[in-house]
Amino acid sequence: MTDASQNAGPMLAADGTPLKQSLARSLRRQKLRALLLVAPLLLFVMFSFIVPIASMLFRSVENGIVENTLPLTVQALSKWDEQSGELPEEDVYDAFVRDMVVAIDNKQHTRLGSRLNYEETGMSSMFRRSGRQLNKLDPETDGPFKDQLIEIHDGWGDPKTWAVIKTHSPAVTNGYFLNAVDMRRTPEGAQSQPEDKQILIKLFGRTLFMSLVITASCILLAYPVSYLLATLPMRVSNLLMILVLLPFWTSLLVRTSAWKVMLQQQGVINDTLVWLGLVADDARLIIINNQIGTIIAMTHILLPFMILPMYSVMQTIPPSYTRAAKSMGATNWTTFWRIYFPQSIPGIGAGSILVFILAIGYYITPEIVGGTKGVFISNRIAYHISSSLNWGLAAALGTILLAVVLLLYWVYDKIVGIDNVKLG
Amino acid sequence: MTETSNDAAFVEFQRVQKSYDGEILVVKDLNLALPKGEFLTMLGPSGSGKTTCLMMLAGFETATHGEILLDGRPINNIPPHKRGIGMVFQNYALFPHMTVAENLSFPLEVRKMGKSDREAKVKRALDMVQMGEFGSRRPAQLSGGQQQRIALSRALVFEPELVLMDEPLGALDKQLREHMQFEITRLAHELGITTVYVTHDQTEALTMSDRVAVFDDGRIQQLAPPDQLYEEPENSFVAQFIGENNTLEGVVKSIDGDTCVVQLDDGSEIDAVPINVHKAGERTKVSIRPERVEFNKDRLHADAHTLKATVKEFIYMGDVFRFRMSVAGNDEFIVKTRNAPDAVRLAPGQEIEIGWLAQDCRALDA
Repeated sequence: MTDASQNAGPMLAADGTPLKQSLARSLRRQKLRALLLVAPLLLFVMFSFIVPIASMLFRSVENGIVENTLPLTVQALSKWDEQSGELPEEDVYDAFVRDMVVAIDNKQHTRLGSRLNYEETGMSSMFRRSGRQLNKLDPETDGPFKDQLIEIHDGWGDPKTWAVIKTHSPAVTNGYFLNAVDMRRTPEGAQSQPEDKQILIKLFGRTLFMSLVITASCILLAYPVSYLLATLPMRVSNLLMILVLLPFWTSLLVRTSAWKVMLQQQGVINDTLVWLGLVADDARLIIINNQIGTIIAMTHILLPFMILPMYSVMQTIPPSYTRAAKSMGATNWTTFWRIYFPQSIPGIGAGSILVFILAIGYYITPEIVGGTKGVFISNRIAYHISSSLNWGLAAALGTILLAVVLLLYWVYDKIVGIDNVKLG
Repeated sequence: MTETSNDAAFVEFQRVQKSYDGEILVVKDLNLALPKGEFLTMLGPSGSGKTTCLMMLAGFETATHGEILLDGRPINNIPPHKRGIGMVFQNYALFPHMTVAENLSFPLEVRKMGKSDREAKVKRALDMVQMGEFGSRRPAQLSGGQQQRIALSRALVFEPELVLMDEPLGALDKQLREHMQFEITRLAHELGITTVYVTHDQTEALTMSDRVAVFDDGRIQQLAPPDQLYEEPENSFVAQFIGENNTLEGVVKSIDGDTCVVQLDDGSEIDAVPINVHKAGERTKVSIRPERVEFNKDRLHADAHTLKATVKEFIYMGDVFRFRMSVAGNDEFIVKTRNAPDAVRLAPGQEIEIGWLAQDCRALDA
């Protein structure tokens, strides 16, 4: 409170309470009512959307498994210098056996094996095979363990094994993110993956590139259609609009499968071209199971998302603008380019954002018609979620995808301005 | 009824018809000729075909039949952008993505005019409507009246000889509208441009125009200067449409040269000028302006017919008094008197006798 406001005092309502307080009280009921009305949806979205996504994203850095399964080992390893090239001392082996006996009882050791296998191939089988024999040891009486362990599996006699365990022992790791950008966490710090394992960056690049191509071809195809819809008389344009929306009412899977029928080498398009003599029978076009197939099918599927915002923006451009331009002497082309087109840009912007963001995370269509060369990053995420079960990496890829979309959104806002985006 | 082919005509409609659906004629046989420099207003209720005529002249609609001539040349097949006609639209149609100056410069750019010439002309056009400082604003930052001025100067900036205006003042409030009416006529006369102005507001038509064409049902009902239109309507539509008007229905009893006697439906008789009636026995609507009704007997001819009237309502309007009376079965008969020092205020219920000079009362078509 400044002097001035103390002198003047706050505005008072008729009964002497401060006006702000009185206003807040009168609005409280309204706010409470509004909150109650949205509460069911809010809770639903919270538990079915926000919480799962947040927990999924958290998995991209979460790495408690090493520390939880091998607490004593991790502690003992902290004194060991992984750069020395020497094997750790007996205390580490001793701690490891104690940890493993507990872990084997709880059947945790194979899970740890698979976790470490993401970082170093072979770890999974090493843990599984050692498990059976380690179980017979009694940590109190059977020591020392160093040589016994090396006897069980010579992997335990390799400093690299211990270095891997130590490197991945922190509860929070950047390892998944490094993997997601074709790098890995090593005792020497972050390093590039070997050449033959560098696929994810390329996949991100391909996803972005193909999404751009799909967005561009949607713009080219949707613009004339939207223009027609916006300028034709209502009765005709409603009929056309049904044709635009028709694909919406058909299952996505059905439409994509239809493209498979159309595009394959023995498919409708190739047969027709061969029959017309445009393509030789032994040189049928390869337009499926590659990038072309994905682009064709996804352009078709996403086209309505481009047409609808374009249409609703074009509908608001009064015909008197083009008439005015013509009355002033502008030719049809000048009228379009200088007057109509600039006013339709917000529609292109809205449609592009929508299509691009949908395309970048698309899964079903590239999975079915993309083959190996036409798949997106989302197909890789799905692979890690359901086949390799490397959820941490899947979460890291998903987080990066989300960040890229948000970044692009921000860039778009800077360049085009989100205020220019109109959906109607 | 309308002027026919005229050698001096700058704009000419010859037997123009227009139909949108091939079933109904929106414009039926339009003949109209404007000399250079005239300010002509097309006035009529909505759907009377006036805007269609304007759009045909501008080139946005094609005539179904007939010929439109501009400066002696038929323009039916010339596209709008080659006609060189300035146009002001109802909602101004200022391009929202351009500044005011860019809006004005657009017609000059498409004419491939040099940059310095363009800037000089834009400046002159803005000064002409007292909007010199607003060149860098966007249309959305201007008030309705300012947008109107810009639209006007944009239509004039490329110096067209003919300017069309489609209800340009419809969106303005009353005061601004009156001011702009004056401004538009001033500019039109100063620059010597021929103007075709479309409106449904009769005050606008009367105050601005050299001549007014009253449209109804796809035809010109009357084409005349404003005073003639108001004082000498040629048919009952025009009499009703222009200004306030009292109508009494009856049958012509006798015609004697330029006066006639009409027996009203309640049996009383009045004097009138026969306009659209030709013989006794015809049904007619007589029309009389509220301000021409007299209830001071001294001002009437000694032998003039008078009618009994009962005052129903007295409305004080400041400069005038307005009485609603019941006359010959018509409860909506209006009489206006000027608020002069000796003006009488009649009270409701009062019974008086009213009359008028025969030449103020016109017997029109029924």
